[in-house]
Amino acid sequence: MSELTREQAQALIEEVLEVYPEKAKKDRAKHLMVNDKTIEQSKKCITSNRKSVPGVMTQRGCAYAGSKGVVWGPIKDIIDISHGPVGCGAYSRGGRRNYYAGTSGVDSFCDINFTSDFQEKDIVFGGDKKLAKLIDELEGLFPLSKGISVQSECPVGLIGDDIEAVAKKKQAEIGKVIVPVRCEGFRGVSQSLGHHIANDAVRDWIISNRDDKAFESTPYDVAILGDYNIGGDAWASRILLEEMGLRVVAQWSGDGTLAEMENTPKVKLNLLHCYRSMNYIARHMEEKYAIPWLEYNFFGPTKIAESLRDIASHFDDKIKEGAERVIAKYTPAMNAIIAKYKPRLQGKKVMLYVGGLRPRHTIGAYEDLGMEVIGAGYEFAHNDDYDRTMKEMKDATLIYDDVTGYEFEEFVRQLKPDLIGSGIKEKYAFHKMGVPFRQLHSWDYSGPYHGFDGFAVFARDMDMTVNNPCWGMLKAPWLKEEESTGELKAA
Amino acid sequence: MANIMVRKSADGGLSFYLPKRDIEDSITSIEFDTPEKWGGEIRLGNGGVYFIDPIPAPARLPISVRARRVDGVE
Ligand code: SF4
Repeated sequence: MSELTREQAQALIEEVLEVYPEKAKKDRAKHLMVNDKTIEQSKKCITSNRKSVPGVMTQRGCAYAGSKGVVWGPIKDIIDISHGPVGCGAYSRGGRRNYYAGTSGVDSFCDINFTSDFQEKDIVFGGDKKLAKLIDELEGLFPLSKGISVQSECPVGLIGDDIEAVAKKKQAEIGKVIVPVRCEGFRGVSQSLGHHIANDAVRDWIISNRDDKAFESTPYDVAILGDYNIGGDAWASRILLEEMGLRVVAQWSGDGTLAEMENTPKVKLNLLHCYRSMNYIARHMEEKYAIPWLEYNFFGPTKIAESLRDIASHFDDKIKEGAERVIAKYTPAMNAIIAKYKPRLQGKKVMLYVGGLRPRHTIGAYEDLGMEVIGAGYEFAHNDDYDRTMKEMKDATLIYDDVTGYEFEEFVRQLKPDLIGSGIKEKYAFHKMGVPFRQLHSWDYSGPYHGFDGFAVFARDMDMTVNNPCWGMLKAPWLKEEESTGELKAA
Repeated sequence: MANIMVRKSADGGLSFYLPKRDIEDSITSIEFDTPEKWGGEIRLGNGGVYFIDPIPAPARLPISVRARRVDGVE
């Protein structure tokens, strides 16, 4: 498909909106836009972080999912109790493949579902006693855990349980950090508020725990925030930082531990990969501990080099030289990858619809491979995310916020991208339409994609998806043209 | 009244952040900006106007302060 002009893109949006009733149409129109690089502030042309229209298919999660699944879940030595009925926990139990080094059930607990399994009587009589009992049981069964968090599901907020009181009492009893998190699913319009609530809980219960403890610091201490170590992403990032001479003190929600988080206020610079889910705590540390923070992007060699230099600019010449050395070391390998895959991927068009950072962060990596992102959108972004995205996207590309199942399918039908990067809920719909698809939340069981090593995997995966011969064979039998069925019969 | 955070942005100017609503914007003007008196009316890039009770200039930024919305969006 040739490139759209601004008018054509706008006409496409209007055509897609046509089927909605008046009110829904008016609402959805505010969430779709044609990119215009001259606009500085996205809020003039796109609305985000609003309630989804009832009746449409949205891909969002809830605040509990944002807190339990994203921020707290991947901290490996903390046990997260899904406090409430059993169901909610199933979908937020390490499903994104947040890797960790440790022994599950002994010192690491990312992939185990702990729940208070509320029954009718807990709703009627309250669940506080059960919670206290549960904490005792956990302490008996998993003595090597370093802390416990209580992740409230909807009913806990509705019946007014006092989980804070239970947490305080038990914390004094067992001598471990116990964090009550008020992340009931009904709060906010998406998982985004859950990230915020989770960050606030870290701020209130964890971050200042070691304020007056001695710490042997170096001038080169940094922390990685918001890298969820999906398929080993954070590891592939960490080695680059270490190679350039920095010391990574903490990895937070990606193979991170409680101790690492408690030591984070001692670092010199906070490195923020996913801005959306972790900026809150970075802002807090900036104010309280005067630690600057920096957003970086470790997708694709161009952006990695840019980010490494950016990070180094906060340190002395030793680190700056280190960054150059690292870039020089990997450049030949990266050039070889680009030489291999670019000819196979050149000019291919990509549409993205993911979560916190990928719709803008991966654009550079696709461009390194000669591919072009023609549409991008987020499930739960805010305006500051779109401000950043508009700068990365070309003019007259599509930007869609909280896109509905129908809109996304229609855009794909018309724009005919060569690749879609989105989530598991979209995956099979597009498979059936015969459009090459990568699941960009958990890297489709692959990864890492961050760092130089990750780019090698990224390039290979994109190639084997886009150029896979299977996509042409997915036409439903009743959609096949007459002659081909005739041929089949003859054969 | 709302809690806001004022921080130095990368370009050297000031930026405004309202945690409760997750709104971030540039501060285009601030009424008082001397060592003895800092705050007053602040104007944002999006046209919003907030009022901070003037205080002696903070030793370092960012700083969280209470502010009142006077005019404009959100
Ligand atoms: S919205 Fe409530 S009930 Fe549903 S998954 Fe989230 S916490 Fe559980």
